[in-house]
Amino acid sequence: MEKRTKLAEIVGSQQDTILKDWVDFQLNAITLRRDLMKESELREQSREFLNLFTQAAQTGSDVGEATWKPVKDFLGQITRSRVLLGFPPSETATFIFSLKQPLFDVIRAAVKDPKDLVTDMWTTTTLLDKIGLYVMELHQQNREEVIHRQQEELLELSTPVVQLFENILALPLIGTLDSARTQVVMENLLQRIVETGATISIIDITGVPTVDTLVAQHLLKTVAAARLMGADCIISGIRPQIAQTIVHLGVDLSEVTTKATLADAFMIALQRTGATVTKSAASKTKG
Amino acid sequence: MERIPILKMGSFLLVTVQVDMHDRLAMTLQDDLTGRIVKDRAHGVLIDISSLEIVDSFIGRMIGNIASMARVLDAETVVVGMRPAVAITLVELGLSLPGVRTALNVDQGVELLKECIEERAQGNGHVAG
Repeated sequence: MEKRTKLAEIVGSQQDTILKDWVDFQLNAITLRRDLMKESELREQSREFLNLFTQAAQTGSDVGEATWKPVKDFLGQITRSRVLLGFPPSETATFIFSLKQPLFDVIRAAVKDPKDLVTDMWTTTTLLDKIGLYVMELHQQNREEVIHRQQEELLELSTPVVQLFENILALPLIGTLDSARTQVVMENLLQRIVETGATISIIDITGVPTVDTLVAQHLLKTVAAARLMGADCIISGIRPQIAQTIVHLGVDLSEVTTKATLADAFMIALQRTGATVTKSAASKTKG
Repeated sequence: MERIPILKMGSFLLVTVQVDMHDRLAMTLQDDLTGRIVKDRAHGVLIDISSLEIVDSFIGRMIGNIASMARVLDAETVVVGMRPAVAITLVELGLSLPGVRTALNVDQGVELLKECIEERAQGNGHVAG
């Protein structure tokens, strides 16, 4: 259509002017983060985008069309890098929306007829809005990906099962226990019980900040599951405040052996497996 | 009809569940096992469920019931070889089988049974003395 090609024509012929104005505008914007991105990099990105934009605008202003794919791919690329650098969403959006003014300037200069001018302005503004929204979506999507990945990493990091001695496993819990984590913890523990043939597992909750009824319930579930596999559980690392909370909440831990420290729990576990710890003669004479 | 075999090992009975239990099979096992405990005068029962992959609330309850019945008949019962997935399922179903002894494998189960029976013999001795 005639209108569309006109936009492409104007942009194509005045690319340098637009680019200069646009980059100036971005550099003067209050949202600019000079600490996160160099000026030359910004200039390069703007030039590349304007190139692709001009090419795509020649074929039409429907962003859904395949001809706009290079533009979208490029946007995806820079949005991802910006998210990783920690750019705020407003800065990413400004990248697109700041293009409006330079574009409008050249259109205003090129189109004389008022009616045509309004139509061209409208086409341009809708087009840029669409691209802007697309960029925001991308930004959001990338942020969510980052969060999701971090959650998964956290889940893996925080549930190690360690073998202390033959037949004794320890499960040092760090952080709050929710249902999802309990599931992972339980599976890991049971799997390790099968692998090592352990008969005693010590669940250390020194790193659990608070114990409410839900967390207690999850703990008891883990204990019950381990017991079904033939392994006794000892809960250790109960801090004074937590002991108070547990009693105040009326959580019944009477069926589980509880110890204040991991060392105590380990001694009990050794006793039960029939092992003893003695100091060697050398250290006795020294002491 | 399909039955779960009950093997005699000394004074123990060994039940190995090799197939997925369905309701009728569990009921049959309950009948057979209680009958065998009385007939053989067994002091201990090992129920090996290492091949059991799927449990529902009924089967879970039956395992608990069978163990309790054996105890009533004066035989110590140990459930051995429960799979992690089964253990998690039972706990989630709220069936943590209280009062049922458990062990990881048949070896540990036999050890546990022997200990239990020894303890009991000592306890009885004290009462008699």
